[in-house]
Amino acid sequence: MSDIVSRVAPPPPSTGDKAKFYGLWIAAAVLLIVLPKIFTSQASFTTFSLIGISIIFALSYNILLGQTGMLSFGHAVYYGLGGFLAIHAINIIGAHKWAIPLPVVPLIGGITGLVFAMLLGWVSTQRSGTAFAMISLGVAELVASSALILRTFFGGEGGVSANRTKLFRLFDWSFGPQIQIYYLVAAWTLICMIAMYALTRTPWGRMCNAVRDNPERVQFVGYDPHVVRYIAFCFAGFFAGIAGALAAINFEIANSAYLGAVQSGTVLFSTYIGGVGFFIGPVVGAIFVTLLSLGLSDLTSVWQLYFGLFFILVVAFAPGGITGLLMMHRPLIRGGTLGKVIPSYLVAIVPTLALLIGLMLGIECIVHHTMNATEDPNIKAFGIPFNAASPLTWGIAAILIVGGGFVARMTWKRVAVAWDDALTAARAKEMA
Amino acid sequence: MTVKPNAIEIRDVQKSFGITSVIRDLNLQVVEGERHALIGPNGAGKSTTFNLISGYMAPTSGDVLMRGEKISGLPPYQINRRGLSRSFQVTNVFGNMTVWENLRCAVLWATGHKYAFWKNVNNLPQVRERTAQILEDIGLTSRREVPAGLLTYAEQRALEIGITVAGGANVILLDEPTAGMSHAETERAVTLIRRLTEGRTLLIVEHDMSVVFGLADRISVLVYGHVIASGTPEEIRNNPKVREAYLGEEAA
Repeated sequence: MSDIVSRVAPPPPSTGDKAKFYGLWIAAAVLLIVLPKIFTSQASFTTFSLIGISIIFALSYNILLGQTGMLSFGHAVYYGLGGFLAIHAINIIGAHKWAIPLPVVPLIGGITGLVFAMLLGWVSTQRSGTAFAMISLGVAELVASSALILRTFFGGEGGVSANRTKLFRLFDWSFGPQIQIYYLVAAWTLICMIAMYALTRTPWGRMCNAVRDNPERVQFVGYDPHVVRYIAFCFAGFFAGIAGALAAINFEIANSAYLGAVQSGTVLFSTYIGGVGFFIGPVVGAIFVTLLSLGLSDLTSVWQLYFGLFFILVVAFAPGGITGLLMMHRPLIRGGTLGKVIPSYLVAIVPTLALLIGLMLGIECIVHHTMNATEDPNIKAFGIPFNAASPLTWGIAAILIVGGGFVARMTWKRVAVAWDDALTAARAKEMA
Repeated sequence: MTVKPNAIEIRDVQKSFGITSVIRDLNLQVVEGERHALIGPNGAGKSTTFNLISGYMAPTSGDVLMRGEKISGLPPYQINRRGLSRSFQVTNVFGNMTVWENLRCAVLWATGHKYAFWKNVNNLPQVRERTAQILEDIGLTSRREVPAGLLTYAEQRALEIGITVAGGANVILLDEPTAGMSHAETERAVTLIRRLTEGRTLLIVEHDMSVVFGLADRISVLVYGHVIASGTPEEIRNNPKVREAYLGEEAA
């Protein structure tokens, strides 16, 4: 038997693979260290901190959605509660002068998330699908509304604030400057990423995928899908709590918005846009959505509308998210036939851009017409000035939408043909 | 002298959905170590019987015993942990996971790893060896890394059997394992089943009579949720009641 096994069993990961694997994490660590040396402005430190927090939060959400197949509409509950407890912890630790440094505080947030997930999760994880989604929504509403009622703990509309610099200091770090907060967030981001990745490689982590694919069959190989889901829910709560605590440390405040539906929705968007099918997906999504929401809000007043449209596009045309789109090209790269599709992409991108510009122009004109019709029609969107009331602008928008849309349709059909050719050629090469 | 309890014993089981009674006064004994086939016309309640034994549903009344212990009313995973595993008539695998991962999922509980979230699944030699063994047994070694959803029909059926036996259960229930297969595929599947269930107890639902009479040590005939005859292939072949109710002209 042993020689059969050695023949068919996958060899344990070779040293080359291992080096590649650890090399990846070391590269990530190095990147996190040098990033603020390259982008040295205060604003970029803040952006990076927000991205790190968002990465942890989105990865924690994907333990539910991508790994275990549970659609939650209330994941911000654990993020928010982690944030509130962290703020209270900072205040209490500061008042008592306990020797607990700030870098440990996210762990308090994580434990808070874990405890609440353990309490609230047992019933909701009985089933996945609609029942789970509805319960998560109900719990989220319950907690969000109690945040406004229980004013002593949640601070009402103003929230609760704290001074993060008053804690016991290690190596003389005050955590006043944003750069120090960045390194704190970066360290936790790396730790959480490694931990969450490692979890997917465990027996329980593998069964999460099995529960996602087929909870019924799981029961016939000895597992209770409820327990698998419950453990997933607890871990998701734990890491969400860490993210929430880091956010609270970053802003030195926690308020009811942390727990709210918008926060729960944003993490769903980030995770889905990034791609739920890959571990790296939520990381990509978190970076993309954070940059987009910070960048777009400067460019246009209705940035949320664009954000929503983009989300719809991803759901409709790229259910694998950005990562899914990129990963689609892997067989072509391996087969060396990527060159066959690039020209068709370049052709398709022209009418597609025309269509997008037409849509944006149309949206901005309509927004101006419906919201600020009495004001000066010479407006700026995305840094480009134009007259939103002129029939010419409306006409151009219409032409771009109709014409661009028509041509784009044709060119994308040609992309599909080029794709099939490239894939067939790649497969043929692989066989040879 | 102690009598060895039956691998499976169904005692006076009734099952009704609303006012429709599907299983009536069902009694069935499957002896430890035998290959037992359950046959009967469509709608006789064969799949329901499987569902009752495997915990997919609970009987309305009556008991299902495994080696003398009552298992009816237990959830499927607890029955599975006691050493009973079943396959499904409609392929029921983990579609987005690879063949390798499918089989490994079926091995994890049986090798005692349960819900462990502190062990690296790739560093468990026993799990790896057993998964590789099953993979070799069902002849899908070259398809290791293919997602189960992309396998051909016959391959999916082989995987279905692989998942069922991978945990090392002593009592195996196969629900129409050769349904929809060609002659050649059926033959291969029967050889596979014969080999994989060696030394175990097998209860099989099958429509192909050549498979049934070739494989089974004993046969039970189910008609309208009731076992009308139980015996060796020879006894069943010559049983006038069975001939009338089921085999009909075909056997005459």
